Amino acid sequence: MSLRLKDVRKSYVEQDGTRLPILGIPEFTLQTGEQVALVGESGGGKTTLLNVISGITTPDAGQVVIGNTDLTKLSEPARDRFRALKIGFIFQTFNLLPAFTALENVLLGMSFSGQKSDTKRAKDLLARVGLSHRLNHRPATLSVGEQQRVAVARSLVNRPALLLADEPTASIDAQHQATVLELIREACHEHNCALLLVTHSAEVAGQFQRVERLKDFNHPQ
Amino acid sequence: MNLVTIAWKSIRQRALASFLTALSVALGVTLMVSVLVVHGIVDRIFSQNASGYHLVVGAKGSPLQLVLNTIYHLSSPVENIPYLYYKELKANPRVQNAIPICMGDVTLEGNFRIIGTSPEFFEVDYHPDKKFRVRGHFLEDDFDAVIGSQVARTNGWNIGSTFQPAHGVADSDHVHEEKFTVVGVLAPTGTPNDNGVYIHIDGFFQIAGHEKPADEAAAKAAAFEVFQQQAGDKKNIAVEPTPEPEPKPAPAKEKHDHAGHDHHGHHHHELPDEQKEVTAILVNAKHITAAIQLRASINEGPYAQAAVPFQEINWILNNVVGNVRTLLVIMTALILVVSGVGIFVSIYNSMADRRREIAVMRALGAQRGTVFAIIFLESILLCVGGGLFGVLLGHGMVVIAAPILEVRTGLLIDPWAFEKLELVILPVLIALASLVGIVPGMTAYRTDVAKALHA
Ligand SMILES: Nc1ncnc2c1ncn2[C@@H]1O[C@H](COP(=O)(O)OP(=O)(O)OP(=O)(O)O)[C@@H](O)[C@H]1O
Ligand SMILES: [Mg+2]
Repeated sequence: MSLRLKDVRKSYVEQDGTRLPILGIPEFTLQTGEQVALVGESGGGKTTLLNVISGITTPDAGQVVIGNTDLTKLSEPARDRFRALKIGFIFQTFNLLPAFTALENVLLGMSFSGQKSDTKRAKDLLARVGLSHRLNHRPATLSVGEQQRVAVARSLVNRPALLLADEPTASIDAQHQATVLELIREACHEHNCALLLVTHSAEVAGQFQRVERLKDFNHPQ
Repeated sequence: MNLVTIAWKSIRQRALASFLTALSVALGVTLMVSVLVVHGIVDRIFSQNASGYHLVVGAKGSPLQLVLNTIYHLSSPVENIPYLYYKELKANPRVQNAIPICMGDVTLEGNFRIIGTSPEFFEVDYHPDKKFRVRGHFLEDDFDAVIGSQVARTNGWNIGSTFQPAHGVADSDHVHEEKFTVVGVLAPTGTPNDNGVYIHIDGFFQIAGHEKPADEAAAKAAAFEVFQQQAGDKKNIAVEPTPEPEPKPAPAKEKHDHAGHDHHGHHHHELPDEQKEVTAILVNAKHITAAIQLRASINEGPYAQAAVPFQEINWILNNVVGNVRTLLVIMTALILVVSGVGIFVSIYNSMADRRREIAVMRALGAQRGTVFAIIFLESILLCVGGGLFGVLLGHGMVVIAAPILEVRTGLLIDPWAFEKLELVILPVLIALASLVGIVPGMTAYRTDVAKALHA
């Protein structure tokens, strides 16, 4: 499934009433299964963009089309449902819910999409990220790198068409950074899932064929 | 994973806070259950065993105290009335049964009240349509005793056991020498009768010290006679002519000389009737109209009063038990409110820490309604779980307290018998949990995902 943004505009209204334009994107596309690194300066609006794409944040104007669905035309519950089924999410930190084990965290991804819990698939995915021996550990007893790998497994559990990753490797050391990144990319490749990955690291960005600078296609007014 | 599981895991995550919150509900409910059970007991004391007698006749004074003392073995002892009065009443044509009750002694073991009475006591239903049943036999000889089931259980007495009465309800330092032998054990009645030790009235009057001092008795008997003469036709009880009680020299009754009693080794000091006193007389009239007339005429006379147990108990039910019930209801309501506030504070406080958790759930596709439901369910689970635990705990406490309560009240207490009001607990808890869960639930519902994710 492809992603296409058209004339997306988003601004925040600050407390003193001044309008703070963040996004102004005439056109942005991602082909099915395409992997793109998104770079840009801090505060530029990268996270905001991911939130708009996933439907967490509604844009002030424009279209966000994933496959044949324009998210901006959906009701909020329908957007939530669409997100649960079609979009995977990995954040920089705090991906996992502390009350649940690694396995349960992965299963949660299925619960909210209304699917039947497929424990076998969840275990397979965790095995895939090398965590077969950590199934019943809670996040507090996992290393940050392990937590990120659980998050990767969870983001893929519903076979999403689009994976959004917001600096997923920023809090991991260089060695694990490479492993986790490789994992994400391979998994996306396997599932033919489009990937939009935000990073500050030139090294990470360097591994992508297509690297987009936010300020190149974003012109907020 | 379903929502209940998710809510449950979140509760477990904050184990200590959750436990304390549930505990506060549990303790509230424990208190509520205990209160309900105690209330049920009080209610049963006064309504279930509403006695089968029309009237209780005793010395002038508080009719309530007379009834409490005679039928419920509660309250302090009342004044006595002359035995002659009992004889006169018994001869009254309106009277079906007149049963003398003599109190004042207790058993050394267990401090159970000893009641001197006539064998007729056991012939009358103790409760409408409920007859005494006995293992062994009822009172026959002067030094026979029949004991209530609770007395048998507590003191380990059985047929053949012997005991010596001790004087006084409160202080039992003076022990009489006369020995009584248990000849019958009553089947449990669920009334204060289970706590009674019944001895033959003839034996009671043979206990040294139970006579009225001769001079006092003579004075009182004289006054009684004087009054009878003055009253002329009206009579003491203001009824048909009664045979003038004749002062008899000791021995008063022929049957006291039964040779059969000698093997008990008692020295019989027979009392003249003037020196005998009874504490109360249980009366059944021949019919209800007779009871009303009897009551009026007794109360007109100067010597005694007739109390209607049913009326006195109604008074208690309306003025005491009713008020206590209202108080208890208010108390338990307050307890529940406090528990509810506790749950609210606990969940609400946790919400600040959980904004990100909720945001992650939403990012995973959970809908607003879903996160609301999870938080809401946490409140329900804490309340209902704590509540059920409290019900168990409450009844557990009754299990522990039951033997003590049984001895004190003479009621048979089934600790696992649920009070009807307890059925209200569950819906009330759910309502409370709903009320308490709404605000944190709405906080979850309204969480700004984008903000919370990157806070
Ligand atoms: N809810 C909000 N209300 C007001 N302003 C906001 C809100 N969310 C973000 N902003 C502002 O919008 C701008 C873009 O934020 P955003 O998080 O998208 O940047 P970013 O590119 O992800 O930065 P970083 O690389 O540091 O993560 C920032 O200046 C931020 O302060
Ligand atoms: Mg960001």
